[in-house]
Amino acid sequence: MNRAISHRKDDAVEFANVSLRLGGRTVLSGISLHIPANAFIGVLGPNGAGKTTLMRAILGLVPPSNGSISVLGRPATRGNPAIGYIPQMHGASPGLRLRGWDFVAIGAKGHCLGLPRLGKAERADIDRALDLVGARALARQHIGEMSGGERQRLLLAQALIGRPQLLLLDEPLISLDPHRQQEVVALAKTLQVELGVTVLFSAHELNPLLEAMDQVLYLGSGQAALGSVDDVITGPVLSRLYGSAIDVVRLKGRIFVMSGSYDVEQGAHQHDHDHDHAHSHEAHRSHADHV
Amino acid sequence: MPTMFDYDFMRNAFAAATIVAVLAGVVGYFLVLRGQTFAGHALAHVGFTGATGAVLVGISPLWGLVSMTVAAAIGMGFMGEKLAERDVAIGLVLAFALALGLLFLHFFTAYATQATTLLFGNVLSVDVGTIWILLAISAGTLAVLAVISRPLLFASLQPELAEAKGISLRLYGVLFLVLVALTTAECVQIVGVLLVFALMVGPAAAAQRLTHSVAWGVPTAGLLALLEAWLGITLAFYTDWPTSFWITTLSVAVYLVSLLSSWIGSRGQALLSLRSDTI
Repeated sequence: MNRAISHRKDDAVEFANVSLRLGGRTVLSGISLHIPANAFIGVLGPNGAGKTTLMRAILGLVPPSNGSISVLGRPATRGNPAIGYIPQMHGASPGLRLRGWDFVAIGAKGHCLGLPRLGKAERADIDRALDLVGARALARQHIGEMSGGERQRLLLAQALIGRPQLLLLDEPLISLDPHRQQEVVALAKTLQVELGVTVLFSAHELNPLLEAMDQVLYLGSGQAALGSVDDVITGPVLSRLYGSAIDVVRLKGRIFVMSGSYDVEQGAHQHDHDHDHAHSHEAHRSHADHV
Repeated sequence: MPTMFDYDFMRNAFAAATIVAVLAGVVGYFLVLRGQTFAGHALAHVGFTGATGAVLVGISPLWGLVSMTVAAAIGMGFMGEKLAERDVAIGLVLAFALALGLLFLHFFTAYATQATTLLFGNVLSVDVGTIWILLAISAGTLAVLAVISRPLLFASLQPELAEAKGISLRLYGVLFLVLVALTTAECVQIVGVLLVFALMVGPAAAAQRLTHSVAWGVPTAGLLALLEAWLGITLAFYTDWPTSFWITTLSVAVYLVSLLSSWIGSRGQALLSLRSDTI
């Protein structure tokens, strides 16, 4: 394997000439990146650009077809205990009558064989994780009766078990209203700073992450761009990633990525909500926000 | 006046029902948790073919059931997600399994009662030899379930996260379905192919409504199944109505009660939180 770029000590994740394929389709081709440690990275890009695949590759679930990935100085392998992860939600078990505490607890040493009994250390770790996300009160509630925002908090607590150095949060804002979105982003940012960890936070929209992000990783057309918002969110860079002419419009501290007169992020967002009628009013509301 | 325990067949029935009900309740809890209740139903149908086929070639229907359900479980486990969206294909395979079973029975007219026994169960005809086999299968199944319970729980409730933590979803999916297959084969002895839901799903679903942790839910499921089976046999003895009818009726009744109680519980909680809000 040709490692074009040598590892730097302060990298959380390093991609060296990485290509990722998924079901015969090349999602990312020949990407080299240094994702710095102790930073909040917003992962953006159109639907199908490979945000989830990139995270699954870091987790060692999608082996690169070319190149190499190293995570915290070691090759990416499955079951890396140094990574915490929130998978994209698939409407996690509505009606599940399991208390919040027990739901978080299934992640504690969940890969070990035997009866799911917990020792003192694991119990303390679960309580600590719940405290960190301010979810002590949720511990006694049923997971099936929680709102999307509350469930997201518990998933974050679950991701924190085992004290990971790297948090991969895959679209945690989906189906949350703008107010809850801000809460989740602020919480992730607080954790990133207080625990000194690296957060990769993928989202459909740029604006909710603007204040929290240290850097943005924008994916599109098999390419990737990593850097500060000012460096990456520009017409030329995004035109390359979208494969069409993109204008970047800044307005009152917010940024709109436009293709002609069409807001591409909003389009992706809207499309996603088409599958979820229960939340379509939220999409409309946030759409109206932008008009 | 003789009590029901004065009869050998009643003692056997209670012993067999005890062994099977506990297993069905416990395995059923995980089945309901994983949202795979249909798999239990499907395995029972396929088992019917195995049982009738076994009768045809002259071996015990229990072994036919076990081998057929386990083979089907392994097949289903490896197909995995691909099966999820093929309800027409699955439905047809199940119909064909029953039809094939019917054909096997047709060739074996001497066993006219065999069909009813397999379809609806007959716990009153279980002999001592069968009880020992049921006990062995049950003990083995519960032992394996205990060993894999922790990763199985993780894989069931948070599959993507479990996978990221190094758990093979396919391995545990297949292993668990094999346990379900063995449980199904046992349930058929008590309630028959068509009423497996009564022992495996009813008590487990009720237990999930009545409890809010796995540590309480699993024993509750086992206990409910056990009580339903015992009471069902008792009622059958005194009414002379079929045991499977009573067990199924109790299973449905307990589930309805659990729905009611969790509804009342959530109303109560809503009231409480309302009150604490105003304070």
